Amino acid sequence: MKVLETTDLEQKFQDKIDREVKIEPNDWMPDAYRKTLIRQMSQHAHSEIVGMLPEANWITRAPNLRRKAVLLAKVQDEAGHGLYLYSATETLGADREATIDDLHSGKAKYSSIFNYPALSWADIGAIGWLVDGAAIMNQVALCRCSYGPYARAMVKICKEESFHQRQGYELLTTLAQGAPEQKELAQDALNRFWWPALMMFGPNDDESPNSAQSMRWKIKRLTNDELRQNFIDATVPQAELIGLKVPDENLKWNEETGHYDFTPINWDEFWQVVNGNGPCNKQRVDARRKAKEEGMWVREAALAFAEKRKKKLTA
Amino acid sequence: MKNEALFRYLLRLGDDSLILGQRLAEWCGHGPILEEDIAMTNISLDLIGQAMSLLDYAGVIEGKERNCDKLGLLRYEKEYVNVLLVEQPNGDFGDTIMRQFLFDAFRKPLYEKLVNSSDKQLAAIAEKSLKETRYHLKHSSEWVIRLGDGTEESHERVQNSLDTLWRFADELFYTDEVEAQLTGEGILPDLSEIKTEWESTVKHVFSEATLEIPANNWKFEGGRKGRHSEHFGHLLSELQYMQRAYPNMEW
Repeated sequence: MKVLETTDLEQKFQDKIDREVKIEPNDWMPDAYRKTLIRQMSQHAHSEIVGMLPEANWITRAPNLRRKAVLLAKVQDEAGHGLYLYSATETLGADREATIDDLHSGKAKYSSIFNYPALSWADIGAIGWLVDGAAIMNQVALCRCSYGPYARAMVKICKEESFHQRQGYELLTTLAQGAPEQKELAQDALNRFWWPALMMFGPNDDESPNSAQSMRWKIKRLTNDELRQNFIDATVPQAELIGLKVPDENLKWNEETGHYDFTPINWDEFWQVVNGNGPCNKQRVDARRKAKEEGMWVREAALAFAEKRKKKLTA
Repeated sequence: MKNEALFRYLLRLGDDSLILGQRLAEWCGHGPILEEDIAMTNISLDLIGQAMSLLDYAGVIEGKERNCDKLGLLRYEKEYVNVLLVEQPNGDFGDTIMRQFLFDAFRKPLYEKLVNSSDKQLAAIAEKSLKETRYHLKHSSEWVIRLGDGTEESHERVQNSLDTLWRFADELFYTDEVEAQLTGEGILPDLSEIKTEWESTVKHVFSEATLEIPANNWKFEGGRKGRHSEHFGHLLSELQYMQRAYPNMEW
């Protein structure tokens, strides 16, 4: 009897999804759907927060005050995105503190791109242009995700990310048109960030076991390979326009398919970084853990103070 | 130069904003809670914006085609005239909040006066900055109270911050012939009441926070005359890094 009921609920749930009705926090949903979303949304939130670190590394050294202000505003936006996404994850019953502890223990992942170092000022441009650019490809699709709070958070986030992408491109354009040293910085940044940016879309479709279910649930709308191809097709002409060379000898426009052909990705590197062996994995998680540990007394003080004031009011 | 006293005064205000903004930016990504990470970055952003307006205007008054970047990022150490308070290292969150509070409690009444300056540009900058500074003071006061009257540990830590930073507070009220001349010209309103208002704000907040003002009134100064602390050169080496490493380029 019970089994039948669950099947019935699942059927209704899938019908809703098929009719493009958003799933809301209090609606019935299969455990696996909830778990998939908690995993994906908290990873997304962690990525926003960890992603602040490579860029924050350059705020104090920005080359002029306008760039400093723009970068401060951008990194602040990322913190804001993290905040919405943690809140959106809480609507699924996940506890924010526990979610963050999973990041610190290494149980939860975040986008591997942030395990690469930001070595020069040009990297700030490359991160905006390529990393935020790749993120937008994913996130525009997520605006139509079946889970209401996630889809709505994405609408606002996408507007800001699109602005970030343009500021990154504008920054690199300035360098590419500047002195030879500046152009060299820009090309070097593109050389280092191109492949990691392509890896942001995840493994090839035939190696991505969870994708099919996520597509059925309309959490995911386009496959990893489709998104990656869209990104390459959009980005290569942008690089050409400012005179930078994409570091792929086999990159070529294919008239027949209407897409660029490119060299297969080095997935060994991808899995190495995902599994903790990237240049900055330890440094990033240590920095987040340190912030939490060193801020413990502040959070305790805020709670103790709130408690005292509440007592005063009721006394 | 059109008005050297005004130029020097604008540098004082601009450098205070710039250096404190730079210090706060160091917190980005490392705040004790996400909400505070955002708040400190936001305040940093406001201060950098104020520094840009003030230093750009200083450059106009100077008339040597120096803009906020030339003035902000390419002077030698002893040419910066910020107070010593703002260049002090961030320390823990309590140190940062205490430094901010002592500064905000000064800046708010100062801007309230400066909106009446006979210099239209200075008055306009003050008006815009005042809106931001009111919020900064509210934020830093609330945190001083929360930490002071929070746990035993937070009380001890923030009392310690106050004991360390108090000696730098008096320099906020430093004046010399620059202010005297500008007051004579009507550009600066009478600034004498600012200290009274500052004292009343800090006394009120420290009493709410159960914090004690240190009995030791040893006063440090030097920043306004270009004599800084050992910390300052390190701050400048980051602030000026790109301009020094890649001179004369557009960014």
